[in-house]
Amino acid sequence: MNITFLLNGETVSTQAAPATATLLDWLRESRHLTGTKEGCNEGDCGACTVMVTDDQGTRALNACILLLPQLHGKALRTVEGLAENGVLHPVQKEMVDHHASQCGFCTPGFVIAMVTSHANGSTDHATALAGNLCRCTGYAPILRAAKAAEGQPIPGWLTIDRDYARTNSGATPSATVPEGQRPDASAEAAAALPGSSDALAALLLEQPDTTIIAGATDVGLWVTKKLRDLPRVAFLHRCRDLQQIEVSEESIRIGAAVTMDRVLTLMQKHHPSYASMIRRYGSAQVRAAATIGGNIANGSPIGDNPPALIALGATLHLRSGDVRRGMPIEAFFIDYGKQDRGPSEFVEAVTIPRQPDRLKCYKLSKRFDQDISAVCGCFNLTTKDSKIVEARIAFGGMAGTPKRATTLEQALIGQRWARETAEQAMSALDEDFAPLTDMRASATYRLDAARNMLLRYFLEDEAGLPAISEVRV
Amino acid sequence: MSVSKPLPHDSGHLHVQGTARYVDDIPSPQGTLHLAFGLSQIAHGRIAEIDLQPVRDAPGVVAVLEAGDLPHSNDVSPSVHDEPLLSGHSVHYVGQPVFLVVATSHLAARKAARMARIDYQPRDAILTIEEALDADARFEEGPRIWEKGDAEEAIDTAPHHVEGRIEMGGQEHFYLEGQAAMAWPQEGGDMLVMSSTQHPTEIQHKVAEAIGRPMHAVRVETRRMGGGFGGKESQGNALAVSCAVAARLTGKPCKMRYDRDDDMIITGKRHDFRIDYRAGFDSDGLLTGVDFIHYTRCGWAQDLSLPVADRAMLHSDNAYHLPAARIESHRLRTNTQSATAFRGFGGPQGMVGIERVMDHVAHELGLDPVLVRQRNFYAPASVLAQPASDVPKDNSPENNAEPPEAGVDLTSRGAVAASSQDAAVPNAGGAQTTPYGQPVEDFILHEMTESLMQSSDYAARRAKAAEWNAQNPILKRGIAMTPVKFGISFTLTHLNQAGALVHVYQDGSVHLNHGGTEMGQGLFLKVAQVAAARFGLPLEAVKITATDTAKVPNTSATAASSGSDLNGMAVKTACDEIAGRIAAHLAKLHQLPADAVTFAEGRVHVGEESYTFEEAAKLAYEARISLSATGFYKTPKVQWDRIKGQGRPFFYFAYGAAVSEVVIDTLTGEYRILRADILHDCGASLNPAIDIGQIEGGYVQGAGWLTTEELVWDDDGRLRTHAPSTYKIPAIGDVPEVFNVALWDGANREDTIYRSKAVGEPPFMLGISVLMALSDAVAACGTGYPALDAPATPERVLAAVQRVRDGV
Repeated sequence: MNITFLLNGETVSTQAAPATATLLDWLRESRHLTGTKEGCNEGDCGACTVMVTDDQGTRALNACILLLPQLHGKALRTVEGLAENGVLHPVQKEMVDHHASQCGFCTPGFVIAMVTSHANGSTDHATALAGNLCRCTGYAPILRAAKAAEGQPIPGWLTIDRDYARTNSGATPSATVPEGQRPDASAEAAAALPGSSDALAALLLEQPDTTIIAGATDVGLWVTKKLRDLPRVAFLHRCRDLQQIEVSEESIRIGAAVTMDRVLTLMQKHHPSYASMIRRYGSAQVRAAATIGGNIANGSPIGDNPPALIALGATLHLRSGDVRRGMPIEAFFIDYGKQDRGPSEFVEAVTIPRQPDRLKCYKLSKRFDQDISAVCGCFNLTTKDSKIVEARIAFGGMAGTPKRATTLEQALIGQRWARETAEQAMSALDEDFAPLTDMRASATYRLDAARNMLLRYFLEDEAGLPAISEVRV
Repeated sequence: MSVSKPLPHDSGHLHVQGTARYVDDIPSPQGTLHLAFGLSQIAHGRIAEIDLQPVRDAPGVVAVLEAGDLPHSNDVSPSVHDEPLLSGHSVHYVGQPVFLVVATSHLAARKAARMARIDYQPRDAILTIEEALDADARFEEGPRIWEKGDAEEAIDTAPHHVEGRIEMGGQEHFYLEGQAAMAWPQEGGDMLVMSSTQHPTEIQHKVAEAIGRPMHAVRVETRRMGGGFGGKESQGNALAVSCAVAARLTGKPCKMRYDRDDDMIITGKRHDFRIDYRAGFDSDGLLTGVDFIHYTRCGWAQDLSLPVADRAMLHSDNAYHLPAARIESHRLRTNTQSATAFRGFGGPQGMVGIERVMDHVAHELGLDPVLVRQRNFYAPASVLAQPASDVPKDNSPENNAEPPEAGVDLTSRGAVAASSQDAAVPNAGGAQTTPYGQPVEDFILHEMTESLMQSSDYAARRAKAAEWNAQNPILKRGIAMTPVKFGISFTLTHLNQAGALVHVYQDGSVHLNHGGTEMGQGLFLKVAQVAAARFGLPLEAVKITATDTAKVPNTSATAASSGSDLNGMAVKTACDEIAGRIAAHLAKLHQLPADAVTFAEGRVHVGEESYTFEEAAKLAYEARISLSATGFYKTPKVQWDRIKGQGRPFFYFAYGAAVSEVVIDTLTGEYRILRADILHDCGASLNPAIDIGQIEGGYVQGAGWLTTEELVWDDDGRLRTHAPSTYKIPAIGDVPEVFNVALWDGANREDTIYRSKAVGEPPFMLGISVLMALSDAVAACGTGYPALDAPATPERVLAAVQRVRDGV
C-alpha cells in the first residue's frame, strides 16, 4: 500500500509493506530518524511518542504500535522536527534549563508529549505525561519544565501541519482498492482502508478472516510482541460513520471507532466517575488511539469500559452485512476469549440509556496511572424513598469476562440503602465470583477489595467520603 | 570557576532534539547483521533434543550458534566463570540463552529465535528461599557471619525485645534504553565494540576471551547509556560477546539489542531479601543488641552476589550505633535470573532491616519513631577530636596481593579479593565503630535531621495527621522520617582506582577522557567542570569524549557511586600535570617562580602579565613541551577483610534524611505519597543541579522499589512481570505534590575532589521513608504492629490493615 503523509513539514510517500509495519521501525530503520526511541515496543513507556495532526486535532501517539497505514494523509512531527531555524521549541529549552533530562533516552518522548499539550493549550501535565516513563529524574524537573513552557509562543510549523491535515486527512491512499472490493492481493499483507461501515461490512462478508484494526493498541502487540503475521487487515480510521457520537433525549450512542479520549470528554458531562476512570485508562497516547469498540470487541476480562457500560445498562450493536442486532452488552461476553460475535460481524456502536448519574467506577491497580486493573468495579443503584429499587453492578478482573454481580444486586434490591445493608450484602460477591490469583493480585484481595468497593460506594454516596486522589497534604 | 555551578547536563540540548546517540542509533554499515537469543522455557533441566533446523530455515537467518559452536571461551560471568553465554545441555532458569540467531534484521532474528523445537527433561527447580535452604543450594560454603560483641547476651538481658521478619522484593532496573551492543570486525582479527555498559573494561576482557585474542585486540567505546542503575555493570557482557563472536564468524558488523520483554526475562535484577531480626532495647528505645539473618535469592549464577550480600551486611547498622550485633547472611542459589548490581548494591536491603527494627521498637514502646532513631544515632562528628591529618595517608594493601589465576577478571566486583593485611583500623578520635570496626568519624545526621524536622514542620504535621486519623475512619495518614548513612568506596579495595587522559591542543582546546561512563548521572559534566576549573577555562573549551578502553585502560565499573570521586581526582591529577608544565615554562620565560602563574577566566596570568590560554598552549607547544598527560588516583585509607568482616571498607559516609507523608485507603489498600522533604549531603557539591536531580530521582526510584514495583514469578519459575504493562515503575502521578529537596551545606571531611561527596546511590534509600510512612498509616488502624512487607502494594497494605485491626 502506498501512503503519503507530512513528515516534519515534508511530504513523503512510502510503501507500507507489510501493512503492519510500525511507524517506529520505519522512522528508525528506513528514515534513520533515531530520535524517536524504542523503550518497550508495547505502548507503555512513551519513549516513541510522536505528534500526529489530522482534521480532528493534534495528538501524541505511540509510534511503536502505530501502523504505517494509519498515518495516511496526516501530519507527523518527530522530535527532530521541533526546532525551527536552529531555535529550540520552548518546551525543549525549558527541559534543558530545568535539568529535566538525565540519561536522555525518554526525553524525546516527553518533549513530544509536552509539545503536543503546549500546542493544544493544555496545562494538565500529570495527565498528559502519565504515559511517559522516566527512570532517572523522578519527574519533578520535567513538571517544572512543563509549567515554565506554558503560554510561550507556538512555532509556525503547527499551522503547516494543521493545514496539511485539513486538506489531506480524508484522502484515499493511492494504491488502495475501491471501497468494498477485494483488497490488493499483491501487497504482502492484504490491507484495506474502507471508507465507511458499509464498505467494511461488505469487505468482512467477503473476507471474514480479516483482522480489524482500529487504534492498534491491542493488535499492535500481536505484531510487536507475538510476532504474528496478519495476512488480511482492515483499518477503521477512515470509517467516519463509526466515529460518531449521538446524544439524544433517550440515549447516548457511541460509534465503535470513537477513541477513548473522546469518550473521556463525553463522560465528563454525563457520568464523571466513568470519566475519572478513563483518565487512568492507558495514557494520553493510548486513549488517542484506542477505541471503545476495540476495548469491547477484544473481550478482555480486564478492559475497563465493559463493567461501566454494563452498570449503565448499555446496548451493544453488531452488524454483519446488512444484518444488525443489539444485545445487552453483558450478553456479548460469553466466556474467556469467547464473545457473541459471528464471522463477518463487527461492533458498530454502543448505546447508553440516559439516566440520572449514580454511577461510580472504582479502578484498582498497583500503580494509580496507566495500569491494568486488578479489579474494576462499577456501581449504579437507583433508590426511591431510601430503598434500592434497581441495581446494576459489574466487575472486571473478577472472572473470565467482564461480569454482572447478579447475586449482589439481588441482595440489595428492596433493601434500605444504608451502611448495614452494604456490609451485609457484600458477602454475596463470594457467590458471584471466584477470581483468579495472578501477577496483579490474589483472589482473596480481589474479593476483599471488591466487597469494600460497595462500602465505599455507600460512603461516597451518603457521607461524602473523598477518593484518595482528592486528599491533599 | 566551573565547579559548584548548577550547569545543565552537557548533552541536554542533544537529548531534547533526539540527536544524542545511543548504541542502537549509531548508523550501521551496510550488511550489518542482527542477533537474538533463543531462550530456555524451563527453570531447570536438561535439553534432551534440540532441533534448530526451523530456525536456520527462517527468512533472513544467516547463522545459528550453539554452545559447541563457540570458538573460545563460553563465559560471560563477571566473577567465577559459572555463566556460559549459551547454555549447552543444562539449563538453569526460564530465559537462559540457549542458542544465538544471526539474521539480516532485528525482527527476522527475533522471529527465528522462537522457531526452535526443544525437548526438555525437567528437573526440580529451586525457586524460593525455603527450597534453597532445604536443598542447601548456596554460594560460598555456608552463611557469612560477622559479630560485634555478644549480641545474644545483649538482647537476652535487655528490658525489652522485638523480633520479626521482613520480606522485600527485588527490582527490575528498567533502564529506558534496553541492553545493546555492536561489534565491528577490524583488520587482523581485532574487534571494535560499542556497548551500552557501565564497565567497558569488563566487556573488553570478556570479548577478548571469547574471540581468543589478548585485550589489546579489543577496543570498547561507550559514549552514553540510556540509564544503567547497576543493570549494565555485568549484564551487557552477553550481548557484546555475542556480537563479537558473530562478527568474527561472519566478518560483518553485528548488532544486538534486547526487546524489552527479553531484557526483563534474561537479565538479573536487584536481589530480593528476607531478613529475620531480633533486638533488645531499653525503655527509651536505645538498642543494646541486634541479631539479623539475611536470606537472599541470588539466582542461578554468582555474578556479583557476594559483594552485594556483603554490602547488605555492611548497612545493617545504617545510622545507628549497635553496641552488639550479629549478622548472618545466606547467599542462596535459585533457578531464576542471576540477581545483579542495582543502585545501592545490597545497601538498601540491609538498611530496610534496621529501619524496620527502629519502627518496630518505637511501636512497641509507643514512642515517636523519630525520637527512637535519633537516640540510636552514632555520636556526632562534632564531639570527636579533629583527626584526619594524623591518620596514615594510605593503608591500602599493596604488597601482599597474591598473583591472580589466569583469566580472572580483576576489574570486576565479583573478583576474589586479595587477602587483606591485618592492620588495625586507626581510630584517633575514639569514634564509635560500626559492627565491622570502622570508626564513624563524620556523622552529621543529628544536625541534619534537626534541620529537616524544622524545615518539614514534622512535629506539627505528625500531630495533625493523628488528629485527622481520629476523625477519618476510612482514610489514614502516616508520616515518617528515615535517615541514610551510606558507605562510599568499592568494598573490593583494589577497584578504588581510576585513570584519565587529557590533551591540550595548540589552539587551547582540551580533550578530556577518563574511565568513568555516562549513564545520565552527569558524571561527564562534573568531571569536565573539574578540568575546566583547573585550567581556568569555560566549560565549552573542554571536549567530553566517549569512554574508550584504548585511551584509559584497566578501569573499574562506573558503580558504587564512585564515578566523580575517582575520575574527578584522576582528571585533576592529569590537568595539574599539564598546567604545571605550562606554568613552569611561562615562569621561566618571565623569570618568576612557577607559583606566580595562575589559570583563571580563560587566561594564564604570569605575574603582571597574562596570555590567553590558547597563546599559552602555543608557547608551550613551540617550546616542545608535552601537552598531554595521564592522571591516576587511588582512594586512600581503605582496607577490608570481608571474611572476618573487619576493617575500613569505606573512605567516608554520605548522609541524607527524608520525611514522607502518605495517605492510605483502608478499604482497598491504595495509597498516595502526599509530601516529601529531603535534606541530603553531597559535601561541597560539584554541581548542585545535577546532585538535586540524583536525589529526586533516587528517592522516587527507591519509593518505587518499596511500593508498586513487584516482580512475580509463577510456580514454574516464569517471570510474569516482564514488561511495563505488568511491572509498574513510578509514573509522573506518583510523585508527591509537595516535593522539597535541599542540599546540606558542608564540605566532605575527607580530601575528595573539591571536598564533594558521592551521590549516585545514597538518595535511593531515602525512599525507605515511604515504606515507614505507610507502616505509620497502617498502625493508625488498630493496636497491632503492621509488619508491612515490600513492595507494599495496595494488596499488602490492605492485608496489613486487617492484621493491625485484629491486633496481631
